[in-house]
Amino acid sequence: MENQIIISSFVIIPFVGFLLSLLIPEKNELGLSRMAFFTISLQLASILGYIGYWLIVLRARPVNIPEFVLYQHHDYEFLIDFYFDKVTAVYLFVGAFVTFLITQYSKYYLHLEEGYKRFFNSILFFYLAYNLTVLAGNFETLFIGWEMLGISSFLLIAFYRNRYLPVRNAVKVFSIYRIGDIGIILAMWASHHLWHENITFLKLNNEQLVIEHLSQHGGIGLFIALGILVAAAAKSAQLPFSSWLPRAMEGPTPSSAIFYGSLSVHFGVFLLLRTFPFWEHQITARVLIGLLGLATTLVAYPIARVQSTIKSQIAYASIAQIGIMFIEVALGLQVLALIHFAGNAFLRTYQLLVSPSVVSYMIRDQFYHFKPKEISVEDTFPKRLEYSLFILSLKEWNLDVFMNRWVFSPIKKVGSKLDFLTPKNLLLYFLPMYGVGLYLYFHQEYLPEGIQVFIPGTFAFIGMMMVFKAFSERNYPRLAWMLVMANHFWIALAVSFNETFDYNQTLIYLSGVTVFGILGYVILEYLRKKEPTYFDMNQYYGHVYEYRIQALLFLIATLGLMAFPISPTFIGVDLIFSHIHEDQYLLAFFDSASFIIGGIALIRIYSRLFLGPHIKNYHEKALKSS
Amino acid sequence: MTPHVSSDLHHVIHELGHFLPAQAPLKDFVHHNTLHAFQHLPFHEALQTAAENFGYKTYLSVESFRELYAKNKINEDILDRVILAHKGKKESAKWKDAMLHKDCKKQPDAIVGRIRKVWQSHYHVNLDKETHTTLFRMLGSYLDQGIAIWKFPVPSKGFLTAIRNLESNSFTNLFKTERAKILLFDPQTKLEDLLDILVGSKVYFRQYLFDQQFAHPGWSGMVAVLEHQPQSLLDKKSISLNDLIFVECLLEIDALDRRLGENWDPLVKHLPEDLLPILTKTEGKEYYEVLKMWQEAFEWTYFDQVIRGLQLSHEKDFKKEATSFQALFCIDDRCCSVRRYIERFAPDSQTFGTAGFFNIPFFFQPEHGKFMTKVCPAPVTPTHVIRESEAKLRHEKDSHFSKHSKGIFGGWAISQTMGFWSAVKMAKNIFRPGPTSAMVSSFSHMDPKGKLSIECKSTDHKYHGLQVGFTLEEMTNSLEGLLKGIGLVKNFAPLVYIFGHGASSVNNTHYAGYDCGACSGRSGSVNARVGAYFGNHPEVRKALEERGISIPVATQFVGGLHDTTRDEMEFYDLDVLTEDNMLRHQNNLQTFEIALDYNAKERSRRFDTVDSTQEAAKVHEKVKLRALSLFEPRPEWNHATNALCVIGKRESNKHLFLDKRAFLNSYDYGIDPEGKYLLNIVKAVAPVCGGINLEYYFSRVDNQRLGAGSKLPHNVMGLIGVANGIDGDLRPGLPRQMINIHDPLRILITVEHFPETVLKTIKTHDATYEWFANEWVRLVAIHPETKEAFLFKGGEFIPYLPLAKQIEKVQNLDELLVSTSENLPVYLLS
Repeated sequence: MENQIIISSFVIIPFVGFLLSLLIPEKNELGLSRMAFFTISLQLASILGYIGYWLIVLRARPVNIPEFVLYQHHDYEFLIDFYFDKVTAVYLFVGAFVTFLITQYSKYYLHLEEGYKRFFNSILFFYLAYNLTVLAGNFETLFIGWEMLGISSFLLIAFYRNRYLPVRNAVKVFSIYRIGDIGIILAMWASHHLWHENITFLKLNNEQLVIEHLSQHGGIGLFIALGILVAAAAKSAQLPFSSWLPRAMEGPTPSSAIFYGSLSVHFGVFLLLRTFPFWEHQITARVLIGLLGLATTLVAYPIARVQSTIKSQIAYASIAQIGIMFIEVALGLQVLALIHFAGNAFLRTYQLLVSPSVVSYMIRDQFYHFKPKEISVEDTFPKRLEYSLFILSLKEWNLDVFMNRWVFSPIKKVGSKLDFLTPKNLLLYFLPMYGVGLYLYFHQEYLPEGIQVFIPGTFAFIGMMMVFKAFSERNYPRLAWMLVMANHFWIALAVSFNETFDYNQTLIYLSGVTVFGILGYVILEYLRKKEPTYFDMNQYYGHVYEYRIQALLFLIATLGLMAFPISPTFIGVDLIFSHIHEDQYLLAFFDSASFIIGGIALIRIYSRLFLGPHIKNYHEKALKSS
Repeated sequence: MTPHVSSDLHHVIHELGHFLPAQAPLKDFVHHNTLHAFQHLPFHEALQTAAENFGYKTYLSVESFRELYAKNKINEDILDRVILAHKGKKESAKWKDAMLHKDCKKQPDAIVGRIRKVWQSHYHVNLDKETHTTLFRMLGSYLDQGIAIWKFPVPSKGFLTAIRNLESNSFTNLFKTERAKILLFDPQTKLEDLLDILVGSKVYFRQYLFDQQFAHPGWSGMVAVLEHQPQSLLDKKSISLNDLIFVECLLEIDALDRRLGENWDPLVKHLPEDLLPILTKTEGKEYYEVLKMWQEAFEWTYFDQVIRGLQLSHEKDFKKEATSFQALFCIDDRCCSVRRYIERFAPDSQTFGTAGFFNIPFFFQPEHGKFMTKVCPAPVTPTHVIRESEAKLRHEKDSHFSKHSKGIFGGWAISQTMGFWSAVKMAKNIFRPGPTSAMVSSFSHMDPKGKLSIECKSTDHKYHGLQVGFTLEEMTNSLEGLLKGIGLVKNFAPLVYIFGHGASSVNNTHYAGYDCGACSGRSGSVNARVGAYFGNHPEVRKALEERGISIPVATQFVGGLHDTTRDEMEFYDLDVLTEDNMLRHQNNLQTFEIALDYNAKERSRRFDTVDSTQEAAKVHEKVKLRALSLFEPRPEWNHATNALCVIGKRESNKHLFLDKRAFLNSYDYGIDPEGKYLLNIVKAVAPVCGGINLEYYFSRVDNQRLGAGSKLPHNVMGLIGVANGIDGDLRPGLPRQMINIHDPLRILITVEHFPETVLKTIKTHDATYEWFANEWVRLVAIHPETKEAFLFKGGEFIPYLPLAKQIEKVQNLDELLVSTSENLPVYLLS
């Protein structure tokens, strides 16, 4: 019982702190920083106390806490579950310690900065997400934290929301994060089918059980492991996702330090450590993970060496170390990986914090020790090889271009096939089609034999196309918005064909979509009336400058519509996946792709309309290139 | 090899370079007028031209002015007077209404950028997005001064040559398309050829290049500066604006070919009809008239009190028979308050202000140093060098900056060992700040125990073409100039202190801007020590005697350094003092200490983290800690709030409280009836103080475009500049954290002399005269006998009658200071 209370409090303390910080007025700098500092100090003290207790009294045995059931129906349950073992202990401690220092640091550092409140809100929100993820005892709980991390990351990168580059990069990083989430969603889906329950991480420690299940379903096992690897690689900036990390360094230096120097970027390693018992016996998975780590290290290292900016240099150096951590985990050296994580986190945080000092330090160093041209290793290579490698590293091995070319551009191309849609005619197409769909659903007896198998996939495909169109839309924000809403309806319908399931479940799924969808639409309509000439998706308009409340409300609507854990749709999404059969890979793929790209499309609408350099000219604003 | 450029284009590039930001690499940061390219125009006209062409905000916004007015920081009577002067009686009411109520939210876009926009509007190609990242990477890597571990591999023979060399010897490419590569490799390719492909008509070349370069003024400006000032880089690189433009045009062609194939028309075919040419003469507009009058009302609300205050001088009260000591300080506004406290705690002392290189221009080479640093105003090129010997090394290594932590195995080993040490260090730095090897301290500029080669042994002895040390004649000239300039030619006290100043900070990329501007952004310790040496030299004294300056034998000079951030002092060569003087010095030390405590306390009212109401000594301890705190983006306020430069006897302004806003330059009109020394003073003061003032002005009114924006997200690029994120353009100008509390006023220079003499003096030097004639700085002469004020306007001095009749007398200054963190009006000190 006391375990339950204490461990739950590790989530409750930051949650309460976050909520209270929302109530403190903008001008009250002291109140804000004190609230954050108090919350995290309390947390740090409790964590230290509990770790001591856990080590001595509980003899470091893993603790599992089934917290409460959010939703239950027949054999399905959405369980919030917490888990505490050595991985949790190390991550909790490092997180609390670094955040503790950074909040104290930022208290002074951010003085007089516009957005002081926003900063501390975001830090606390991030910290909540961090703890939730670290403590998660099953995939569902972990996924809640995972989603919150993505959003808090977006908010901190786009902290300077009136400039172009931070906003562009925030969208970019958010997109890559989300692409990685496909892995985790599919892994969750497949593991439903593997275990026939929402498995807890504790149970994965049961070697017997794992080996037994895997021997029957080796394919699914590897599929899950790969899903986890993709998710881990994206979060930890491994190949081919690496280029997001240096681009994330747009916020105030302490937030870059905490996020991208230490905590957030090590979540891939965390996910691997957490699921290690599951893929421990799959040699293929271990080899792949190790190889990915190795490849990343080998690529990131020369890139780090050519960087002429301090933050990108630290970023790539850190990526290379995380690559090694992947290898360590794959080799089964868990303890080493944990030590390596903690050391790397502290080192990079400190290096980033003192990064402005590099000017005076290095200039002085040079002043006293200058040598005209130092010979580096590469100078011993043949010239052509040296130059080639130099250019390649300077261009970051084209990793930034890679994601665009192979992921985002194709989606845009597909989406643009639906360019004939406008906000006016959308319903003309949508309603009749959906009507037919509904009709078929209620009269499935009319469906010819054999066709029925293809129906869910087809409808989910239509839904996915809508999302692709929303993602590539350039003119009409309202159209993009409605398309994402429509997508949810198609998905719901598609899965309904699978089996007769409770209307309640559809209701849970679509209630969030409807409520937040309408809220968002109303705000869009309002903005369109107010700013008719500055209302499309061709560029960033920065309307938050004049419409702060609307921007906030729209952000909430966006989160709700993308099935963020503030909306019942979040559970709905998980429910829907539980109804996708084991052999419906395509359906699962369409559904998860819709979910992922839909989220990106929504953040894009929010960013284009409300963030970026303000379109109006009557106040100072930064150049786009700055 | 740099390709040949026709004279037309050459002229355009030269002109372009003039308009780009002129900030040197960070280590040589010197304040200057951000809009120096417009200085040939009258101030307001220049501001409008700059705003309309380049999209800068050149004034505070109308809303901000209205807020200031509502808070009574702009005086209504002054406002009425300004409107009346500009618009006459009939129009006054109408204009006042416009100023107070008219909506002015619709401002047109800048003229720059309109041609290049056509790539986007007609071809749907975002050229900036396609080219900037690659271009900045290349530039950053090429110019890098020591961040990259693997440096740019091609020897530096010019940027274009290096890129060509790199590209032609590599399997991987910077340029993707055939045509761009052929153009790059063909040594016959001229910039005109590239512009022909891109623009198509010579008529638009100029405007296109303005558009192109002003899309990233930071990097372009840096290149333009380095082209003419290559010595600013320790690791030598040769680069020119022409090369940069050439490479950028190639990148553009490459991007366009990639996106559109080779069949696209040059821009000229798709230009809009109503294209406004850049930099044509502007016409008067209501919006700018409104801003102009607001600005003047804002300025004169303060200046009016200052002039009135100066008229109320009671010089005679401060005349003394004997003085206990005299102290020379830099004119720097930060010395304004510490002098006030020294005079308060040692009423029989006398302080002077003069440019902080103390009329001794030279290069300084510290022991172990591989380079020389200039320690005199930036425009001066010294012919002397002073070398340090027998000094200890003042550089400590810190492995957090080492390249090993960025390697694979090094990083692996370091992160698991030193990583944990970092955690401890970080915690210590946050909860108990202390000295680290990352900090910058003014005291480490010179080792007080080291020896300096001050005296020239032989004029043939040259070091890198510079004479080592000064000859007797040179020493005498320099000291004579110094003393006559400040009016200290008789009544020498037993001790004469010469204080240089410097600053300390940590985690501060702009550290050079905090040191002494008159010493090219270095600390003034060496100059002070050398100056004292001159003064103590018996031969120099003998020679001065012949020139009418008689320094008593008992008088001794002491060099010292005042650290303006920590408010600490250090003294040099005390072993030369006689026993009596040593005793006196010990006594004076107590005065200095208490003055420094109080100065720190006065400064602390602007510091959020320090409780200003505590005892002075306690506050001082906290102020000292600030300078060592990693998390403190404002170790001190530097020149923020500067607004005045007062030239005249200290006795004529000693009665005024000027709130650290004034550069105080000592000058005695009585010993300089011809204005010979005055000319030297205004020649330095107008560009130096004017430059500081205008840089603060512009960084404040448009922190995004003319300043560096918030420093919190800054990333260091190649040790030469800062940018946001990793793909951003360099950000010249001052970061927001330096200007939060600055009120953007043009500086008012007041001279205590006869207006005819002042007029004659400023007219003898054209460059200086321009500052005054175009009103980039305001000039007032105070008649030394009648105390009448004359404002310089339209080439002549016209009488100025202040609206303020009286100036309030402050009863308890200490109480007043802790009561507010805002700017204070002028007070009479009791």
